[in-house]
Amino acid sequence: MDFARRPSPYWSARVAVPSLMLQVLAALIPAAIAHVWFFGPGFIFNLLVASIFAVGGEWLMMVLRKRPPEVALTDYTALVTAALLAFAVPSLTPWWVTATGALFAIVVAKHLYGGLGFNIFNPAMAGYVVILIAFPMHLNLWIAPRMGDIDYQYLTVLQTLKYTLTGSLPDVLGFDAVSRATPLDVMKSGLNGMRTVSEIRANPIMGDFGGRGWEWIGNFLAIGGFWLLIKKIIRWHIPVGVGVGLMLPATIMYLVDPGSHPSPGFHLFSGATILCAFFIATDPVSAATSPKGRLVFGFGIGILIFCIRTWGSYADGVAFAVLIMNMAVPAIDLVTRPHIVGHDRKRTKPS
Amino acid sequence: MTSPGFIDRFKTGLWHENPGLVQLLGLCPLLAVTSSFVNGLGLGIATLAVLIASNGLVSATRRWIQAEIRIPIYVLIIASLVTCIELIFKAWFPALDRSLGIFIPLIVTNCAIVARAEVFASRNPIGSSMADGFVMGSGFALLLMAIGAFRELLGQGSLFARMDMLLGGDPMRGLVITDGGWLLAILPPGAFFSLALAIAIKNSIDRRQREKRQQAMPGRGRHASQ
Repeated sequence: MDFARRPSPYWSARVAVPSLMLQVLAALIPAAIAHVWFFGPGFIFNLLVASIFAVGGEWLMMVLRKRPPEVALTDYTALVTAALLAFAVPSLTPWWVTATGALFAIVVAKHLYGGLGFNIFNPAMAGYVVILIAFPMHLNLWIAPRMGDIDYQYLTVLQTLKYTLTGSLPDVLGFDAVSRATPLDVMKSGLNGMRTVSEIRANPIMGDFGGRGWEWIGNFLAIGGFWLLIKKIIRWHIPVGVGVGLMLPATIMYLVDPGSHPSPGFHLFSGATILCAFFIATDPVSAATSPKGRLVFGFGIGILIFCIRTWGSYADGVAFAVLIMNMAVPAIDLVTRPHIVGHDRKRTKPS
Repeated sequence: MTSPGFIDRFKTGLWHENPGLVQLLGLCPLLAVTSSFVNGLGLGIATLAVLIASNGLVSATRRWIQAEIRIPIYVLIIASLVTCIELIFKAWFPALDRSLGIFIPLIVTNCAIVARAEVFASRNPIGSSMADGFVMGSGFALLLMAIGAFRELLGQGSLFARMDMLLGGDPMRGLVITDGGWLLAILPPGAFFSLALAIAIKNSIDRRQREKRQQAMPGRGRHASQ
């Protein structure tokens, strides 16, 4: 395959959007299977709901904008948005919450800004932030991962489906019986309660680096991400930028005060770090353009994730970090414009 | 300046030059207080009263105001009027005053009011200045009420709740459609989305009318339809 090394207006890659998006979806499959294994079949229902509403919203907007709807439906971009949203929400989520996120992502964040190629904000993250702010109770309900000695309360497929459709659990089960605080929540509330990191890490929900279950999903996401890197569907700049941006402050703080700052490995394997580095921040539309710009973009996201996790009121900050850096993309693109061959370096600066 | 009929001027204030929808003035109170209908109505009435009075006063004193220091003088006039309104609210509508909070004193900084003083009242007689204040103030108040009703309906599932803050009497629940609603509509992002939606609806109605007029009179371009 022949790829343009540096995107130039006259030089384009011979790759169509549909096949790119299909490969991104394929790279998510291992992690999806791991998600279903650890957190039950809710993921599949969420994915179905998100896909139906994302594709439906896409079709509706194309009809309203008097564009050919088949094009939007066959390029699979809406499905990638739906898949990212399904990874972001807890496996127990009522359908209207997921549907709101998917519709907002497609209708407002994507099509009101001009459709594919024109959206400033990452649609999946915009949709996720909307439901995170609008339905905070529903989005904090993570069930315990299925792992050895954690008292895992098993929900059957039908019970999960019933919760997705109605938002209520069977009478015998309370929310407290099935839901657990996520590792990042446990860490945050523990640190706020003046406990040390090693005390908090004695909680059975913690695994080798991050949380049990979560770190395995992270591993499978990383496998999919490396496959995308090898296939040259994404480039290394953004994942490396996110990693360095998060690990650098995390390592410094950990070395200075290991009692009140979790290890860099915990940051890397918790929450949505790996999903963000390989799949969310690498959205080609809303990321920066030049290689240098992408490094800056990823680095900014990493720093912001660390800041929000450490000092913010939310346990994880991936969605906010990505949206904030999306806003900075025009400025990043302006100051990191590639040097034009044959021109004086000083002259290529914006006048 | 020609003096158009009152009906025409009313249309201008409510629609073609609506301070909130078209000139995008006074967005701070517009976005901040419109979480319910009664808040929008309360601030709308306060702004309307200040705008009529300030337009009248500025117009009455326009011959003595030095051009170089006119803006501080406008602000002085508006600030004293807002202080009166604030005291009136505190005396008669204490609950509404607590609900609107800082945004009643902040009417001083509402640029819609300074803009009308500068653009209209400083160069027109008292009568038409007060009429201008009335139409512009009504345009702003109606927009506040519309957005307040929309956000209350989406965010709380009710309409006209807590009207007792304005009318007195027992706490009123208003028209309750459902209990609870979409929290986002009441939070600050909901204000931005609602205003954007209102502007989009207005622009699309305008465009449709323009197209209709052009079809009726093909010879006249879009400039003639202003």
